Amino acid sequence: MPLDRDNVRAIAHLARVKTPEEDLDSLAGELNNILGWVEQLDEVDTDGVAPMTSVVATTHAEREDVVDDGGIAEDILANAPERDNGFFVVPRVVE
Amino acid sequence: MADLRNLTLAQARDGLAAGDFTAVELTDAFIGATEAMRGLNAYIVETPEQARAMAAASDARRAKGQAGSMEGIPVAIKDLFCTKGVQATAGSHILEGFVPPYESTVTRNLWNAGAVMLGKTNMDEFAMGSSNMTSHFGPVANPWKRKGDDAVLVPGGSSGGSAAVVAARAALGATGTDTGGSIRQPGAFTGVVGMKPTYGRCSRWGIIAFASSLDQAGPMTRTVRDSAIMLGAMAGHDPKDSTSMKRDVPDFEAALTGDIRGLRIGIPGEYVMDGMPAEIEALWRTGIDWMRLAGAEIVDISLPHTKYALPTYYIVAPAEASSNLARYDGVRYGLRVDGDSIQEMYENTRGAGFGAEVKRRILIGTYVLSAGYYDAYYLKAQKVRTRIADDFRDAWQKVDAILTPTTPSAAFAQGDKMDDPIAMYLNDVFTVPASLAGLPGISVPAGLSADGLPLGLQLIGRPFDEETVFRAAHVLEQAAGFDARPDLTGWGG
Repeated sequence: MPLDRDNVRAIAHLARVKTPEEDLDSLAGELNNILGWVEQLDEVDTDGVAPMTSVVATTHAEREDVVDDGGIAEDILANAPERDNGFFVVPRVVE
Repeated sequence: MADLRNLTLAQARDGLAAGDFTAVELTDAFIGATEAMRGLNAYIVETPEQARAMAAASDARRAKGQAGSMEGIPVAIKDLFCTKGVQATAGSHILEGFVPPYESTVTRNLWNAGAVMLGKTNMDEFAMGSSNMTSHFGPVANPWKRKGDDAVLVPGGSSGGSAAVVAARAALGATGTDTGGSIRQPGAFTGVVGMKPTYGRCSRWGIIAFASSLDQAGPMTRTVRDSAIMLGAMAGHDPKDSTSMKRDVPDFEAALTGDIRGLRIGIPGEYVMDGMPAEIEALWRTGIDWMRLAGAEIVDISLPHTKYALPTYYIVAPAEASSNLARYDGVRYGLRVDGDSIQEMYENTRGAGFGAEVKRRILIGTYVLSAGYYDAYYLKAQKVRTRIADDFRDAWQKVDAILTPTTPSAAFAQGDKMDDPIAMYLNDVFTVPASLAGLPGISVPAGLSADGLPLGLQLIGRPFDEETVFRAAHVLEQAAGFDARPDLTGWGG
């Protein structure tokens, strides 16, 4: 089912990307082109094929559950667009 | 003194060791080149003061007999790498002004080896692009031009700034990152050696993530030897990145024996593409002859799922990107555009902060991961990815390395292909399969197009067998004897 402007508006909202109304039709066209092109993957027989989860064979790394750094609150906050008293500031979330 | 900028990285290393010049002198020459080449728009940030301080410290270390493998070598760093105290933007408005309080492991490794930082290079926004036209900081120009034509060409992407500075002799080497071809394709377009190592060879810690299952750092240099030296300094296991492999880093330079007798080189029939320019195929045939004359055994192989690699990539990479880029919300760093609610603030910030190509890929990624479409798109693509990797696994039963063209064309003009995303994506048709399979791949400048532009050949190897890739690439380089140079006078050089 091809995407229409309402679908694109919904996807953009899910992705939290503000998208002007006047861009929705052209974006729908571009996304439909790309999705139509990738649908050629349906030609590939993937019955019984495991999806790739890791491109190199590996076992998951484990490490001691210890704090090996810390005390860097000032570093973490250094790039904050808005901060107050050791916290990031955002618009009110709870009324 | 001869112009230090014309030295290769290896020659500069040897000259420094012999005391022919100091790191400060060498660095000053490259700072001068950086300034002379500003017309390329290849650097987002230049760090000349830091470079001089690092060079002075390098000379001091050398005087004490503590020289590392890259001691005193001036390099450029793609703006995707976080470098402590120097702005990192990933070519995006949303990260403008972000100054990392930490150092990426790859750059830390380079500085530990003695290298000197010249600055941060321009790139496609969040490494999404094959032309360097998507950077918020404007396009990078390719120092090469077509014969008798003044059109400004693209350097390829996304590591186009890194490729351009190496080609223009404004750095002895540069870091790149490759997700679907972003080291190898710009390498081919600018006539430099671009090496993407095996996924897991270099730490991704401190590299701004695009598609985590694909991203891998690698060197961009003028020669294969330089590439081997620089990768040796960049690579290594890092406990901070669980996808970096616990493996020793071989002496890659020692692999350059010049002897490939008996090496089996695979030629995949599926890499002959419809509409591919005849000169690309001709160069490939020439490359095959060079390998054969050097004593390699040429073996025809089949990689049957090759044609599905690009569409697979354009599901997997945007899916991972949509997830990775969720962190850019205007709260902790970078741009913030206010709104009445926190949700509106997120949407406004991301709407204003991301460029068109990044938005397009976030939307695609969000869609293919959404309920109801996940199985049809994302899961299907991950299964096809397994089949693509299996193709290569089968090939390694018969061959030791694979030779292909790097790109389906030479560099194109700025503005070309911009209105057709799929035509743009086709640039990476030969590089994406190895990326999906996590394999090492190198592009070596091998000849010129009829228009006088560089063309590359690609060698792909087994996982963690960069040594064979380098060995074969070195022989290819010797046979090609590529010594053409861009005319830098047009750029102030």
